[in-house]
Amino acid sequence: MKKTPFDTEERCAYRDSMAKFVQKEIEPFVDQWDEDGDFPWELHQKAGELGMFAAGIDEKYGGLGLDHDDAFMRAWSAIEMGKSSAGGVMASLGSRNIMTGPIQKLASDDIKDKCLADIVSGRKGGALGITEPGGGSDVANLQTKAVKDGNHYVINGSKTFITGGMKADYFVIGARTGDAGLAGISLFFVEADAEGFSRQSVGGKMGWWASDTATLFLDNVRVPAENMLGQENMGFLSIMNNFNYERLMMVGQMIGMAERCLDESIKYAQDRETFGKPMIKHQVIRHKIADMSAKIDSMAAWLNQICWMINEGDMPVEQITKAKFSASKMLEYCASEAMQIFGGAGYLRGNPVERIYRDVKVMAIGGGSEEIMRDLAVRQMGL
Amino acid sequence: MKIMVPVKRVVDYNVKVRVKSDNTGVELANVKMSMNPFDEIAVEEAIRLKEAGKAEEIVVVSVGPKLAQETIRTGLAMGADRGILVEHDGETEPLAVAKTLKAIVTEENPDIVLLGKQAIDGDNNQTGQMLAQLLGWPQGTFASEVAPEDGSLSVTREIDGGLETVKLNLPAVVTTDLRLNEPRYASLPNIMKAKRKPIDMKTPADYGVDMGTRLTVLKVEEPPQREAGIMVESVEDLVSKLKEKGVI
Ligand SMILES: Cc1cc2nc3c(=O)[nH]c(=O)nc-3n(C[C@H](O)[C@H](O)[C@H](O)COP(=O)(O)OP(=O)(O)OC[C@H]3O[C@@H](n4cnc5c(N)ncnc54)[C@H](O)[C@@H]3O)c2cc1C
Repeated sequence: MKKTPFDTEERCAYRDSMAKFVQKEIEPFVDQWDEDGDFPWELHQKAGELGMFAAGIDEKYGGLGLDHDDAFMRAWSAIEMGKSSAGGVMASLGSRNIMTGPIQKLASDDIKDKCLADIVSGRKGGALGITEPGGGSDVANLQTKAVKDGNHYVINGSKTFITGGMKADYFVIGARTGDAGLAGISLFFVEADAEGFSRQSVGGKMGWWASDTATLFLDNVRVPAENMLGQENMGFLSIMNNFNYERLMMVGQMIGMAERCLDESIKYAQDRETFGKPMIKHQVIRHKIADMSAKIDSMAAWLNQICWMINEGDMPVEQITKAKFSASKMLEYCASEAMQIFGGAGYLRGNPVERIYRDVKVMAIGGGSEEIMRDLAVRQMGL
Repeated sequence: MKIMVPVKRVVDYNVKVRVKSDNTGVELANVKMSMNPFDEIAVEEAIRLKEAGKAEEIVVVSVGPKLAQETIRTGLAMGADRGILVEHDGETEPLAVAKTLKAIVTEENPDIVLLGKQAIDGDNNQTGQMLAQLLGWPQGTFASEVAPEDGSLSVTREIDGGLETVKLNLPAVVTTDLRLNEPRYASLPNIMKAKRKPIDMKTPADYGVDMGTRLTVLKVEEPPQREAGIMVESVEDLVSKLKEKGVI
């Protein structure tokens, strides 16, 4: 049965595949992987087989083909992943999705031939390095430097909070090649085995336990000049373009996470009795369910509209930035209310509500914080 | 070798079915439908045979409403080559379906018809057996292992006492049990490719089959509510409780 005008057979089929994948390959292991702070590499390959990294990639590298890109496929698969509550898993799987875009669009054929098929199939990992110890919001001010030396660039600096960064073989790194400000930044393809490249795990995260997060050190890393992705000093624009899909995916994930909070809340409230009746019969609880559900529905409808706009050809940057901060507020609300419904039981590790509650903040900060998203939205409004 | 895989569109196995208020059947409006899980296993097995170089073509067939195209498309997205839909909106009773399948077999000449042992809607467990009888073909039902040999098929069957291995001369009918394999997920690239695979649209009249029903449903009711059990402390405790109840 169709629920929206966008429910095509293929989209629904892929959503079903994703739902089954999540249910069988992720759900049963989420708690264990979180406690382990890791998950098996095999899952990257299974996700690759399913096509989770295929959007926006040439067919010859195992992608869907450039004319088959569909924002709904991307966003809906993110929703299904979000429902798993396995924030760390989706982060580490998905880190490659925020770096293959620039490679597909801007890299030389040699670089694409070298890495894309391996990344898209899940055999190898990829990560995007923009944020630095000195700051993440002010991308235009990044400090890592790349200096031209003959046919090479020599890169110096460090990156932190890099998701997937401990296991990735390939990186897309932002570095300064010109003057201060946004007009002096370029993107580079950097390999993990390059001389002068080292990394260290970022420990003690509040959430996303199963994901590997790295600080990267680039100490006189020499890369061939062809490793520059796109034109010199045009990197800022590519970074901003790349953020659009990252944010779209995050909105999808947040909707899925909130849906999971709602589902868990309903089940728990039906089961648990307080004051002589099931919690679901208390008006206060019923209203919480109504509010959560309404917020999720409106965000899902908005996401669909954004996907439709993307498919029509224009990247709706204003809508995406507004949806990103609205979705994290929506998720914050749903996760908090779900915790209230669970009471003390929610405060214990090993349940999806507790995990999602911990992951709210990374969704509100990573990929562009709520503050920065609001700022960008208002700028996009021409103000 | 050519394999034909009949598939049925049924209520998704995750859905908690509800009986219609007039007790004539189960609620189908706004309910998620999927491929019968046993048929998914049949499609998977056919694809594995093809991947192993034992089969060349897989044809997925369904008898059902227009929307059963989606079910066929699922099979195509898993890896089957083409589909045939015999469009019929009413009840699909096992005998009528078996007769339709027989007519298709006569046209398609497959070496194996591989299908689920039963569909999870009616749990009839009849179509495969009826088809084998109508065709006069050997059958291996409840398969947990299928191994092609020269001109024949070795099928391990799950029976009450354990396992039984039978050797079938081809062509043959095989019905699948749960443990035969774990079906793959339809991947995104394959879902997109499946769009371009052909599905032939047919009607029962094309095959001269009368889909009229021979069975009458008197009443459909919810199963009785299960009563809460009790926890016992030990085996002795369990045995004495069972004795108390006069069960042993
Ligand atoms: C778990 C995790 C994974 C991450 N993964 C990656 C990754 O894979 N790759 C990557 O490049 N980055 C990654 N990040 C980094 C993330 O993008 C940054 O944390 C984020 O952009 C914010 O940067 P910051 O932490 O340096 O905060 P800061 O930029 O120092 O900002 C601190 C606070 O001040 C606010 N603020 C900043 N400027 C303004 C202003 N002008 N007006 C009002 N408020 C302002 C911010 O909103 C924030 O609340 C990850 C972060 C986390 C936590």
